[in-house]
Amino acid sequence: MALADIKQRPGLLLGAAVVLHVVIISAQVSTATGLPVLQVVTFGAFAELQRLVTGGVTGVQDLWTGYVDLRGVKDENTSLRQELQALQIRLQEERALAQRAEDLRQLLELRQRAELDTTAAEIIAASASPEFRTVTIDKGSADGLQTDMAVISPTGVVGRLIMPSRRAAKVQLLIDRNAAAGAIIERSRAQGVVLGFGTGQLRMDYVPGTADVKAGDLVVTSGIDGIYPKGFVIGTVESVDHGTGTYHDVRVRPAVDFSRLEEVLVVLTPPPARDAAEAADRP
Amino acid sequence: MKLALTVLAIAAALALQTTLTTFVRGTATLDFVLIVVVYLALTSGPTTGLVVGGVAGLIQDSLSSGILGVGGLAKTLVGYLAGRLGTQFIVTAPLPRFLVFIAATVVHAAVFMGLYVLLGLREFPSPWAAVAGQAVGNAFVGVVGFQVLEWLPGFRARRQWRRPARR
Repeated sequence: MALADIKQRPGLLLGAAVVLHVVIISAQVSTATGLPVLQVVTFGAFAELQRLVTGGVTGVQDLWTGYVDLRGVKDENTSLRQELQALQIRLQEERALAQRAEDLRQLLELRQRAELDTTAAEIIAASASPEFRTVTIDKGSADGLQTDMAVISPTGVVGRLIMPSRRAAKVQLLIDRNAAAGAIIERSRAQGVVLGFGTGQLRMDYVPGTADVKAGDLVVTSGIDGIYPKGFVIGTVESVDHGTGTYHDVRVRPAVDFSRLEEVLVVLTPPPARDAAEAADRP
Repeated sequence: MKLALTVLAIAAALALQTTLTTFVRGTATLDFVLIVVVYLALTSGPTTGLVVGGVAGLIQDSLSSGILGVGGLAKTLVGYLAGRLGTQFIVTAPLPRFLVFIAATVVHAAVFMGLYVLLGLREFPSPWAAVAGQAVGNAFVGVVGFQVLEWLPGFRARRQWRRPARR
């Protein structure tokens, strides 16, 4: 630029001169923090520029990731949802397997504790009629099962075997209207007979009015019926109506949750009472 | 020739500033360099005014113990503004010149003191009386200097090539 042009633009020259002087001054002066003013001013100005640039870049980035880049999200979402459903199903399967393993472990413990000859069976079907509370197991006469064999579970008495076929058998649950078992109040040793209601509850009949029975008492098998081994848990006394009659009206809550039975043990060893009865019947 | 005279004027002002004030009482408050800058700005325009002001101010700063550039910036602005006034208005009578010198001194003091205060380097408690005294002194010396130079032989001829074109 020619000198004449510069002379025609004194404002421009003034601006340059002012900037030059400010730079010179700033180079010599320190701020309260001890840093040179020039450095502070330059850094401050540059920081604002950086902030501006970063803000712009971030805005564009957000726009891209928030809108433009979401084109494949719907497909990805569908895929992830399907994967989630598959995982949920798999989780349920794993949980069921774990539960089954736990049930089998408890069954094994019962088998060892009972010191009875038993065979494990899996429930493969429920009752064909709602009037009867029976289940079908996957073991039959081919496995040595016979009528009136006791069926138990880790939590208590399940019922008795009423109809064996070669590879399956029907089990009458203790809650069936026609089921019965000799029972005893564990605490007071009061005896009676537990009968099914057909609704999921049990009642204990023939408990003498003089017997000591109260809610919460544990009811176990007495073994005198020739079907169920002695000492297995039937349930707990839920309520007792002493009344004025000869016998108490006792309601029993079953120990077994019949709605979630999956595996059971069939007692192959007949109880001593049956052996005695059979021996007496023999000529 | 003009550049040489300008340099000479600045040198003379600096010489006066550094010598006369030590011998003549009452001249310590005067700013001879500022007077020369205003004179050159009024007679040569804003470009010359700001250049002369900047250079003279920087030299004055370098000879003093202050921050280099503060006086330079103040005199740059004063030179520019005085040059603008000289091109926009007829400033040939003694009174307008007096007022221009007064205003130039006030602006210079405001910028100079303002920068130091802004930077937290110096404080100027109640500077108004000192500034007023300096303004009057500068204006008086400046106006007298103008008249003396105009009385000198050949001034009219020199003024012909010094005066910038009116816009």
